[in-house]
Amino acid sequence: MTEVTANASADVRGASDLAVCMEGVNKWYAEFHALKDINLSVNRGERIVICGPSGSGKSTLIRCINQLEVIQKGRIVVDGHDLTAGGKNVDIIRQETGMVFQSFNLFPHMTVLENCTLAPMKVRGKSKAEAETTARQYLERVRIPEQAAKYPAQLSGGQQQRVAIARALCMNPKIMLFDEPTSALDPEMVKEVLDTMIDLANEGMTMLCVTHEMGFARQVADRVIFMDRGEIVEIGTPDEFFGNPKHERTRNFLGQIS
Amino acid sequence: MIRPFGWNEFLIIVMAAQWTIALSAIAFAGGGVGGLLIALARVCDIRPLRLASLAFIRVFQGTPLLMQLFLVFFGMNILGLAINPWIAAAIALTLHASAFLGEIWRGCIDAVPPGQREASTALGLRYYNRMRYIILPQAARIAVAPTVGFLVQLIKGTSLAAIIGFTELTRQGQIINNATFSPFMVFGTVAAIYFVLCWPLSLLAQRMENKFSRATQR
Repeated sequence: MTEVTANASADVRGASDLAVCMEGVNKWYAEFHALKDINLSVNRGERIVICGPSGSGKSTLIRCINQLEVIQKGRIVVDGHDLTAGGKNVDIIRQETGMVFQSFNLFPHMTVLENCTLAPMKVRGKSKAEAETTARQYLERVRIPEQAAKYPAQLSGGQQQRVAIARALCMNPKIMLFDEPTSALDPEMVKEVLDTMIDLANEGMTMLCVTHEMGFARQVADRVIFMDRGEIVEIGTPDEFFGNPKHERTRNFLGQIS
Repeated sequence: MIRPFGWNEFLIIVMAAQWTIALSAIAFAGGGVGGLLIALARVCDIRPLRLASLAFIRVFQGTPLLMQLFLVFFGMNILGLAINPWIAAAIALTLHASAFLGEIWRGCIDAVPPGQREASTALGLRYYNRMRYIILPQAARIAVAPTVGFLVQLIKGTSLAAIIGFTELTRQGQIINNATFSPFMVFGTVAAIYFVLCWPLSLLAQRMENKFSRATQR
C-alpha cells in the first residue's frame, strides 16, 4: 500500500518540480490542427517568450495552460496539478495562474479597485479590507495607485493593461501568462507595460509571454520559442535564438520582423 | 334595460384596470424568474438544456397568445383541476413572458464580449460568481430598454384573458357595453386607459435606450 503511494507520488514528482509540463499536446478546432505534439517543460522562475506568425498556435498554447482552451490529446501538468485529470485541478490551476490579455478585458462596470478585489474575495475568501490592502499594494507596484477609484473607460490603454496585470497579481499567482499584452497598445504606451513586466520578471515570477517585442525577449527571456503551423520549431536561449537560429523558418520570421 | 353610459360606468371600467395591472405584474414577475432560467439554459454548456429551452421559446413565440390561454384554460380542466380564469391566465401569461424575456435576455447575455467570461474564468471565478458579478450585471444594462418594451406588449396582451372569462379592463368594458350599448364610448374609454398605462412605459424605454446608446458610444 505504501509502496503504491510512493510510486504514484514519484510519478508526479518529475512533473511537479516544473512550473508547467506539456507532453504530446494536440488540439484541433474541428478539422484545423492548432497544436501538433507539443512537448514543453517550464522550470519554476523561468521566463519564456513565445513568438511566431499569426495563426501559429502561440496564443492557443498558453490558453491551454489554464484551460481556456481544452486539448484533445496529451497531458498538461501545472505546478504539480494534472490539468488533464480535470475536476478540482482545473479550479486550482486557474487560481495559481494569472493571465493578461491583448484586449485587457477589464470589467467595465467596476472600478479599478473592484476589478482587483473581486476574485481574491470570491475565490480566495479574503475580507474586503484585506483584498483592498493587497490591491492597493499591487496598484502601487504597477505605478497607478491614484487611479483606484476610476472606471476602466477613464484610463489610457497602457494604464488599463497595467491594471489588468495588477488584477492578476492580486490572486498571488505562481505563474503569469501574457497573451500579446502590448499588441493593442499605442506605441507610446508599450514601454510602460513592458517595464511593468520586466519588474515582474526581475522578482522571479514564472512567466510565459506571447509577444512580438523582441527587445523584451532579449532582455528578460531565459528561453525563446518559435512556433509555426501549430508546432514548436525552435527553442533556445536568446543568444542562440537571435544570434544563430537553426531553422530556416525561424530565420525567415526574424528577418521579417526586424 | 339599456342604461346610459355615465360617470358610474366610467368608474367601474377604471376600477377594472387594477386587475389588468395585477395580472401584468404577476406575469411579469413570473416571467422574470422563468425568463432568467430560460436565458441561462440557452447559454449553458449542457446541450439537452440548451435544446429544451430553445424548443420552449420556439413553441411560445410561434403560437398565438390566445391559443396559449385556451390550452392552459382547457388543459387544466382535462387534468381535473377546477376551471379558474385567474390561475389559467396567470400561468399562460407567465409561460408566455418567460419565453419572450428568455430570448431577449439570451441576446443580452450574448452581447457581453467573450473576453469578459475568459478574464473572469482565468481569475478562478466559477460559473455562479462569473454570472452574478461579471456577465449578468453587464447584460442587465443592455436588457433594460427591451425589457420595458416587452412589458408594454404584456400589458396589452392581458386583454386576451377577457376571452376565458377573466374580468379585467377589456372584459369589464364588454360587460358595461352589454348594459349601455354605447360601444364607441365604452371601448374608447378602455383603449384610453391602456394608453395611459403603456405610454409612460414606452417613454421610459425610449429614454433608457438613448441613455444606453450614449453610454456605449463613449
